[in-house]
Amino acid sequence: MGKTLYEKVFDAHAVRTLPDGRSQLFIDLHLIHEVTSPQAFAMLKERGLNVAFPHRTFATVDHIVPTDRREEPFPDPLAQEMLDALRQNVKEHGITFFDLKSGRQGIVHVIGPELGLTQPGFTIVCGDSHTSTHGAFGAVAFGIGTTQVRDVLATQTLAVEKLKVRRIDVNGRLLPGVTAKDVILHIIRTLGVKGGIGYAYEYGGEVIERMSMEERMTVANMSIEGGARVGYMNPDETTFAYLKGRPYVPEGEDWERAVAEWKALASDPDAKYDDRVEIQGEAIAPTVTWGVHPGQSAPVDGRVPDPADFPESERAQVEDALRYMKLKPGMPLKDVKVDVAFIGSCTNGRLSDLREVAKYLAGKKVAKGVRALAVPGSQLVAEAAEKEGIADVFRQAGFEWRAPGCSMCLAMNPDRLVGDELAISSSNRNYKGRQGSPTGRTVLASPLTVAASAVAGHIADPREVFGMGG
Amino acid sequence: MPPIKKIQGRAVPIKGRDIDTDRIVPARFLKTVTFEKLGEALFYDERFDEAGNPKDHPLNDPRFAGASLMLVEAGFGSGSSREHAPQAIKRAGFKALVGESFAEIFFNNATQIGLVAVTVAPEDLGYLFALVEQNPETELVLDLEKMELLAGDRAIPVFLPEAVREAFLTGRYDPLDLLLEAMDQVRALDARRAGPGKRGKYGE
Ligand code: SF4
Repeated sequence: MGKTLYEKVFDAHAVRTLPDGRSQLFIDLHLIHEVTSPQAFAMLKERGLNVAFPHRTFATVDHIVPTDRREEPFPDPLAQEMLDALRQNVKEHGITFFDLKSGRQGIVHVIGPELGLTQPGFTIVCGDSHTSTHGAFGAVAFGIGTTQVRDVLATQTLAVEKLKVRRIDVNGRLLPGVTAKDVILHIIRTLGVKGGIGYAYEYGGEVIERMSMEERMTVANMSIEGGARVGYMNPDETTFAYLKGRPYVPEGEDWERAVAEWKALASDPDAKYDDRVEIQGEAIAPTVTWGVHPGQSAPVDGRVPDPADFPESERAQVEDALRYMKLKPGMPLKDVKVDVAFIGSCTNGRLSDLREVAKYLAGKKVAKGVRALAVPGSQLVAEAAEKEGIADVFRQAGFEWRAPGCSMCLAMNPDRLVGDELAISSSNRNYKGRQGSPTGRTVLASPLTVAASAVAGHIADPREVFGMGG
Repeated sequence: MPPIKKIQGRAVPIKGRDIDTDRIVPARFLKTVTFEKLGEALFYDERFDEAGNPKDHPLNDPRFAGASLMLVEAGFGSGSSREHAPQAIKRAGFKALVGESFAEIFFNNATQIGLVAVTVAPEDLGYLFALVEQNPETELVLDLEKMELLAGDRAIPVFLPEAVREAFLTGRYDPLDLLLEAMDQVRALDARRAGPGKRGKYGE
């Protein structure tokens, strides 16, 4: 019987079975950032241990960096302290660090792929739940807690349980105005925010196969919002074409050998899955959330739902969400005014996202009263966007063009909502208080929908605002 | 680590399904290089208004002060992988969570730091919430050997993956020592496996 990519990768990395039945899994690539690593280094020190394989850990700084000014010290002394702690730790242990002046700093899940650190068949971990992003390359990548960051630093291994695998086929084609973000929001709504618990999601089907690597990353990124720690696509020609020539990718004969190995990793045609789901691409609309978790979403041209339409068990939760979001059942989503528009994050802060938006934003203006932020995912993205004139399109439209970081995705830096402001955001989480204000409201959407809404001043359908066919 | 076999104490009821890690510890409290003060940040935005005045919340209710168990609903701990959430709960003095289901990363993070998270059947959870809300002084006993929770006049079955239970009972819930035992094999794998920046083979 055939095997899935997940099983092949897992088996190739299993060091041994632990007495409690879990596996000790070898980790090829460990990414760290300033928020979840300092305590791990402290624990290491407490135990008198060293970093076992420093050449397998790479660091960047993303969550706390200000995006409007980069001079140090930062206005926030706590943020500065975190950056300083990371600098100290990487220096002490000989870890490569893409610091602010490296020209390669950025959101950890953006820089891993763009530098070619992320490769098919790798096991990849990071103290960050969106590590699933790297699964787009056919890697097994997942988020871990700080104590586990310590384990990886000390041993390059982790104690883990094997997951089940659910194959999700997205077949057919996507209609105009529908993006990878809409695909994953649709999947999460269909399968539920807890539907993926215990599973790795394998994404496939015609729609996924036609996607660029950037689009696949957007889908894999939000696997965790569907409850799945791991989400991946099988590596194919698109994957190899993306990787070729990137700084950390093998060259020459090594490249040929690597590609041959990577091809063999893809799930076998007769692989057995624990579950299978099929989704029709044509059924997916530009999607926005109306609630306080990523599964509470609807087509952008739809209405805020009525709690009465939900099963009894969910009603109270829906009511609570609408109360928090200050939305009335039955009102058209397009009547919802927006105060802030945010394009960025590890979900949608890559060059292709910005490029796609710029195509439609040229000549348009952000509506009066809307604060619009564009935050590139990395310094390389920012640089390319300047060169291509994309940054200027955003500036001329009235967006603030910022320096790379997580920014308003979780507002650990000064970019945050004030009071009950409503943000339409290309990020991945709309939990209560996520964007920095305890009463702030978040509507998740694709970058196109965010841009359309910024221009309209309310939630808007990109197909209308930008006159997209279909 | 000392084995964890029995946890005894009062419980605080925390209502709400799918309570995410951003609510357990709002992101601004993550700006710290240690976990030490995190207990104070637990559910901060639910406990205090913007001026810092206490709101109506079970954790502000003197009847539940000093509880060592926390009752929670389904999907507890969804969202971020940050360990700050279970750390905050532990540092606020809690030793165990009793709920309907837990997010996976949260559960693993909690387990590894010795914070027990057991599940019970929905009807039993309903009973527990009612019991504790009406009689906050009730002492509960969570027994991991018998896998039951003594509450009022009932012995409620609790669930944990067998491996996790074993880990608590033997004091081996933090796997680091075990992982360190196999370093020879790990070194062999490191030598064999490709890696970015593996000097001399791959890398810049
Ligand atoms: S962009 Fe948002 S989700 Fe991504 S790593 Fe940063 S904070 Fe986390």
